[in-house]
Amino acid sequence: MSILIDKNSRVLCQGITGTQGSFHTQQAIDYGTQMVAGVTPGRGGSKHLNLPVYDTISQVLIDHKIDVSVIYVPAAFSADAILEAIYAEIKLIVCITEGIPVLDMVKVNAVLKDSDSKLIGPNCPGIISPGECKIGIMPGEIHRAGKVGIVSRSGTLTYIAVNQTTQHDMGQSTCVGIGGDPIHGLDFIDCLQMFEEDKDTDGIIMVGEIGGTEEEQAAEYIQQNVTKPVVAYIAGVTAPLGKRMGHAGAIISGGKGTAKQKYQALDKAGVVTVQTPAEIGKHMSNLLKS
Amino acid sequence: MNIHEYQAKALFVENKIPILSSHVIKQGDDIQSICGSINDHAWIVKAQVHAGGRGKAGGIIVVKETGQLVPTVTNMLGNILITKQTGDSGLPINAVLLEELASIKREIYLALLVDRGSKQVAIIASAEGGIDIEKVAEQTPERIYTQFVHPAAGLQPNQIRNIGYELHFEMDQIKQLAKILNNLFKLFVDNDCSLVEINPLIVNAEGNLIALDAKINIDDNALYRHQELQALYDTTQHNKAEAIAKELGLNYIKLDGNIGCIVNGAGLAMATMDLIKHHGGEPANFLDVGGGTTQGKIAEAFKLVSSDQSVRSIFVNIFGGIVRCDLIAQGILDALNEITLSKPVVVLLQGTNSAEGKKLLENKLPIIIPVDNLTDGAQRTITLAAST
Repeated sequence: MSILIDKNSRVLCQGITGTQGSFHTQQAIDYGTQMVAGVTPGRGGSKHLNLPVYDTISQVLIDHKIDVSVIYVPAAFSADAILEAIYAEIKLIVCITEGIPVLDMVKVNAVLKDSDSKLIGPNCPGIISPGECKIGIMPGEIHRAGKVGIVSRSGTLTYIAVNQTTQHDMGQSTCVGIGGDPIHGLDFIDCLQMFEEDKDTDGIIMVGEIGGTEEEQAAEYIQQNVTKPVVAYIAGVTAPLGKRMGHAGAIISGGKGTAKQKYQALDKAGVVTVQTPAEIGKHMSNLLKS
Repeated sequence: MNIHEYQAKALFVENKIPILSSHVIKQGDDIQSICGSINDHAWIVKAQVHAGGRGKAGGIIVVKETGQLVPTVTNMLGNILITKQTGDSGLPINAVLLEELASIKREIYLALLVDRGSKQVAIIASAEGGIDIEKVAEQTPERIYTQFVHPAAGLQPNQIRNIGYELHFEMDQIKQLAKILNNLFKLFVDNDCSLVEINPLIVNAEGNLIALDAKINIDDNALYRHQELQALYDTTQHNKAEAIAKELGLNYIKLDGNIGCIVNGAGLAMATMDLIKHHGGEPANFLDVGGGTTQGKIAEAFKLVSSDQSVRSIFVNIFGGIVRCDLIAQGILDALNEITLSKPVVVLLQGTNSAEGKKLLENKLPIIIPVDNLTDGAQRTITLAAST
């Protein structure tokens, strides 16, 4: 079992004919994901990767039932693509694209929060339930179906955590990359809640970053609501003050959102925190054995 | 992207936000002729660099005596300013801003920024403006007042009134504030800012509100739709290696240590720095070659990091996802063909095609030292940095 997606999820790709869209759609098909259709305005009626291509999502929905839409369109058009998916009442929207202007996301969020859609990302690796469904750019082969839920703000650090849980024979139930942008969809708390409720998730790994206060809020949530063991790592303990580290999220300002404060909050909540990413798998393994 | 105070103030003028009467003097301008006609009264001379802490570092000088203006400007222009935020090498002063002296009755703090928590634009105001605003925020957060602007509703008069009364303004000043805030909000949205800060916004002796300082940060992701703002980018305000990296599309920040880092992904790059520090080393840089990096980019990154004089050893930490580890290895070999390297390179390749990548880097000792895990990689790099 898993959260959000499984082998029955029917997936649409927005931007399917682009380089990224093509490559990762093919990877998803090879993994066994049920890719159903694609959207590229102006290319409706054609076939791509053996999938039907439509001009709009509304047209897709006349012919198909869609559970998830994954977005690979360029940053300048991504906000519009997310909004199209929300208006079409797609339940889960996964936006991989990085570099979306933050004020575009302010608008998207205003519409999103009054809808029934859930958004993962943007600027994220996507979501995978190993052995069932892969939506995004993560390398499928490092994953194993298993019992650890992973939620992370960073792409490659997620892979590190995945790799270690695979090496320690625990595997993963679902891995969600929530994205590194300052304004994004699902957050730590949303995912923690779903992992807590998922009967096949035994433990949760949380990978955070400096900037913002989501990890602190997650810590509070864990203390009151999460019974499963949680291991957390926060990147950026040594990041110099005021310097920007690539992710828009990774900004330290006003003495808030430092790695130290995040660690303190998580420790207080009874989370097992690790100081280096090398120890994530080992600690989760110990917790699940005890 | 940061822009200079004088550039920010030009945007203020365009948007009818009151500033003091001022002149900009750049490198190569005729200082004599510009200063000659305005020599008769006092001026504040402000160095234009992308760093805070200018006042304490001698970058803001009040000139009251006739005849002192030309030498002060001449002395400042073309010089280097070292502040708390610039690092030891400082930043070049290629422009100065002259502003008339203001009569200051009150100093207000005013800022607009994109707030991650509310996912909206926030307006932050405090009656305690001035250089200690961060202390105010930390010790007396109740003196910081915030309003959020809903993207559909926009900035509403009631919000402006609330800020105005919170700042203990009279009705006339609230009217001035309304004009300023409406224009600021428009400026913020029209130019895709991530931060606009006025510290201080002053109330002068006549009771008028004037922006004394201006700090504007533009959202890099939105620069593609603002050609006029792209032109404001000042390469001289960045470390040379950082400027080169930007051209190459690499995300690089120079740091003070002696261990060079080449990593894919910003999170892993930060984690690698943490790891090195955790084991007692000091990173010489932050470098994220990007998720979808190429062989060519790796070669460039390698040349960039190895050309840093302070670097004693290099840690290459790659988790291959979409990017294949054999391509990364080939990129390293390409770079080694072009440069003679005397610094040892510890390489950790994990993920897609890591076995093939490792094979390519076999038998390249003592320059290339392959490792199998993060801890070993960090420790080996640190030991090597100490012994070379």
